[in-house]
Amino acid sequence: MSLTPAELTSAVSGGIGSSPQRPDGNLKVRGEFAYASDLWHEDMIWGATLRSPHPYARIVSIDLTEALQVPGVYAVLTHQDVPGQNRYGLEHKDQPVLAEEVVRYQGEPVALVGADHPETAQRAMKRIKVEYEVLTPVVDMETAADDTPLHPGGNLVRHVPVRRGDQHAEAEVVVTGRYEVGMQDQAFLGPESGLAVPDEEGGVDLYIATQWLHVDQAQVAAALGLPLEQVRLTLSGVGGAFGGREDLSMQVHACLLALHTGKPTKMVYNREESFYGHVHRHPAVLYYEHGADHTGRLVYVKARIYLDGGAYASSTGAVVANAATLGVGPYDVDNVTVDCWGVYTNNPPCGAMRGFGAVQAGFAYESQMDKLAEALGMDPVDLRIVNAMSEGSVMPTGQVIDSAAPVAQLLKLVKDKPMPPLSTVVDLRDMPGGVSNTTHGEGVVRGVGYAVGIKNICFSEGYDDYSTARVRLQVINGEPAALAHTAAAEVGQGLVTIMQQIVRTELGVERVTILPMDTSIGNGGSTSASRQTYVTGGAVKAACAAVREKLAKLAASRDLSAVDIAGTDLTGVDLAELLGDEVIDETVEWRHRATEPIDPETGQGNAHVQYGFAAHRAVVDVDVELGLVKVVELDCAQDVGKALNPQAVLGQIQGGSAQGLGLAVMEEIQTAGGKVRNPSFTDYLIPTVLDMPPMSIDVLELADPHAPYGVRGVGEPPTISSTPAIVAAIRAATGLALTRVPVRPEHITGT
Amino acid sequence: MDFLRPDTLAEALALKAQRPDAVPIAGGTDVMVELNFDHRRPAALLDLTRIAELRSWDADGDNGDTVRIGACVPYTRIIEELGERLPGLAMASRTVGSPQIRNRGTVGGNLGAASPAGDTHPVLLAADATVEAASTRGTRLIPATDFYLGVKRNALEPDELITAVHVPATRAPQQFSKVGTRNAMVIAVCSFAVALHPAQNRVGAAVGSAAPTPRRASAAEEFLSAELTSTNQWESPKPLLDSVKRRFGDLVAEAASPIDDVRGSAAYRKHALSVLARRTLGWAWQDYSGKVA
Repeated sequence: MSLTPAELTSAVSGGIGSSPQRPDGNLKVRGEFAYASDLWHEDMIWGATLRSPHPYARIVSIDLTEALQVPGVYAVLTHQDVPGQNRYGLEHKDQPVLAEEVVRYQGEPVALVGADHPETAQRAMKRIKVEYEVLTPVVDMETAADDTPLHPGGNLVRHVPVRRGDQHAEAEVVVTGRYEVGMQDQAFLGPESGLAVPDEEGGVDLYIATQWLHVDQAQVAAALGLPLEQVRLTLSGVGGAFGGREDLSMQVHACLLALHTGKPTKMVYNREESFYGHVHRHPAVLYYEHGADHTGRLVYVKARIYLDGGAYASSTGAVVANAATLGVGPYDVDNVTVDCWGVYTNNPPCGAMRGFGAVQAGFAYESQMDKLAEALGMDPVDLRIVNAMSEGSVMPTGQVIDSAAPVAQLLKLVKDKPMPPLSTVVDLRDMPGGVSNTTHGEGVVRGVGYAVGIKNICFSEGYDDYSTARVRLQVINGEPAALAHTAAAEVGQGLVTIMQQIVRTELGVERVTILPMDTSIGNGGSTSASRQTYVTGGAVKAACAAVREKLAKLAASRDLSAVDIAGTDLTGVDLAELLGDEVIDETVEWRHRATEPIDPETGQGNAHVQYGFAAHRAVVDVDVELGLVKVVELDCAQDVGKALNPQAVLGQIQGGSAQGLGLAVMEEIQTAGGKVRNPSFTDYLIPTVLDMPPMSIDVLELADPHAPYGVRGVGEPPTISSTPAIVAAIRAATGLALTRVPVRPEHITGT
Repeated sequence: MDFLRPDTLAEALALKAQRPDAVPIAGGTDVMVELNFDHRRPAALLDLTRIAELRSWDADGDNGDTVRIGACVPYTRIIEELGERLPGLAMASRTVGSPQIRNRGTVGGNLGAASPAGDTHPVLLAADATVEAASTRGTRLIPATDFYLGVKRNALEPDELITAVHVPATRAPQQFSKVGTRNAMVIAVCSFAVALHPAQNRVGAAVGSAAPTPRRASAAEEFLSAELTSTNQWESPKPLLDSVKRRFGDLVAEAASPIDDVRGSAAYRKHALSVLARRTLGWAWQDYSGKVA
């Protein structure tokens, strides 16, 4: 097979607003799509990673002698073999490529083996002798800042305070709560994988499943001590990401082995190693106090939020800012006191995951809203509507929401949906416990819960967030054909489809080819923060506009200037005739409007580009005697600005809601003393088809005038409100407080 | 690693006698996972998939009242072909993994692995099944009750292969129930099986994933059997008193010696077992009452 993924061409109709077939759809359904784990190269060797068994230890010695003697071994490398900077990281370069004096988490890479077969590499790896002096790990996020310093600057990664209004406001009704969020995993199905191929000039080509080619390239080049142009990355087939591929995993490792041995080197993690190989969602402890008047109007919100960043910073700083700035939810609150701390511990490193800080806060503030409604004797939806933010509302950061914020409308939509009927016949598939036959109706109580959430879209706090797109138009076989090229990662979400739709709409062609994503073109930015349709979509649209300008000039030069190409629909224009042998090829860098850093003392500032909102209603059946839950319905209403691809929008809302369901009732990486107890899909459970109910979804399209086509990021908002809606429904069924997610059977049965 | 592929049972037994370190493999749903994760590297694998006689079942005994299931019959076939005769085993088989796993996985494999969490074990115990083990020395029948020796340890000799399991077809109600923290494709947090044996005036009951081995809940069996017999309920069943169901549930929970682990707490397992025992007994008894009346 070829290392470079195939160009994806389709010639179907379907511009924006329709749901044309994905160009990679047939390949994926047939099992013919090449994922990164399928990469193959003649003469390639296999890399393996020796990882620390300890959450915190000093490395006393490493003896490679026996490993090097294993026949078939080409190289055994340690930190001494890292030619460049042995530090990388998304925000802080604090993480070694290979551990030096200490290891700070269980699973930290210590040494690498390159061998002729993965089995050989494993055998040799087990012959590396590492002597550790085991140290007492720091594992409590609430006390970590004052505990043994794990990094030179201490254990506080970032503290974000937000202060708005009266800091001493008092209210008639006050509710307080302490909430916990467990460590969720992205649980993407395609494990970390890549293939590094050395060239003859000391450089390397890396074929890799990632979310952000250029940030990988910069970090890999720095670690290898090479200029950027000698480290070229091409996106391979990506089997899901959800934030878990924003940090490096085996990128540098494979390149080190390839450059050291001169051989193409493949690395692929198995499922267990994958759990150690990427960051997770930050576990959180959150203290909240809500004060309201007797009508339910919020007077103040105070919050103290702790996020466990684990051993290395990753994107903890940005996650902290999100949890802090979005910490009161989609509500109008004049008086806000929020403090959020992200800390280092010896737990697994945590970073980006769908929802990014807004998920943790969302569970807490929505739990508080329910508690407040109960204290006031109000309907929980009515209480939310009384306080719902709208266009023109002011965020706790002082930022004015300057596009649609239909929070009340979203809540009404889900509330007004018909309720599912109580089933009259016993079908085990509809019961808590499913076909495991735990109940035929005994102990089953129904509950209903609501939640709404807010998420920032795109990168924030003054980050120069942009994407680069190249669009080429020419006549091929007598037919106008377009080609689009970016470095924006397709991770399964369907960006390749959206790009084709935009080109079809803007240029009026049907045949559109998407080139493989690579670093031969400028930065596309990360596939995260619900931003690619907005930013790379915006870049493709802008590149198309540049192509149209060239078309207009061409028309003028051919005295066809009567046709106003830049301004009108192209459908009446014979592009083939106009283009003739000309090739128009335009590359554009496109930026959304700028944001600002927030004030470090008050958290004030226009930190975010855009806000997304979604609301859920969950209906659950709980077997209160066994503590098992069946989510009967999980309905959602979300404003997406403009649905460029309505089917993909529904897919995002269903997937995001399912991931929120997972956090509500089953998904947690359990740790004890810094060690992961369940690194497998046997014990890290994700929802199956019997756990995820069908959804009724209302999609609003209230265009954002600042965004291309009016789009609003879609992928993350449903992940935020899904979890608290489900937990609220379980509370309604059980009468229990349930302050921790995921809710386990023991929390319901009290055993 | 050698890969041994016998075509007949005789060949397989001869190979196992020569190579007691060879690990038998049928569906591979357990063994292959262990190999892939490098948790186990046997010197040889003994592939049983070519042996036709291990892939069939038949009804034997005097009146066809025992079903002999070849060790390599997959769960899917047990569900489809034996659901009526062996309801408990079929129920347990339905809860194994995913459809793909059920297409390949076998009761023989479940017995060979002898995991305390294996789904079919409680049913085999409650239903008085026997395990047929063969070697070049001969064939013997091991009662399920004597088969499970410890965590992932069973009563096989190194040269023996599991060739079949014999399960009485009692025509009486059986139930199986399993708790997991999602609604499908889940390993047992704990499980329970109950089988009525009206011909013997007896009830079988067993727990899974709640002790180092699957085990019978003997005190619960004895309590309920005595209760039903002394009140003549086998012949004229009446709705069971709530106090009887509760006592049965409590005794089932007492039979377990679970641990706290990542899947659940010991206390939860005991609690859940008492609930499962109460409920499944209720369903089985209701079924029985309907049949007798």
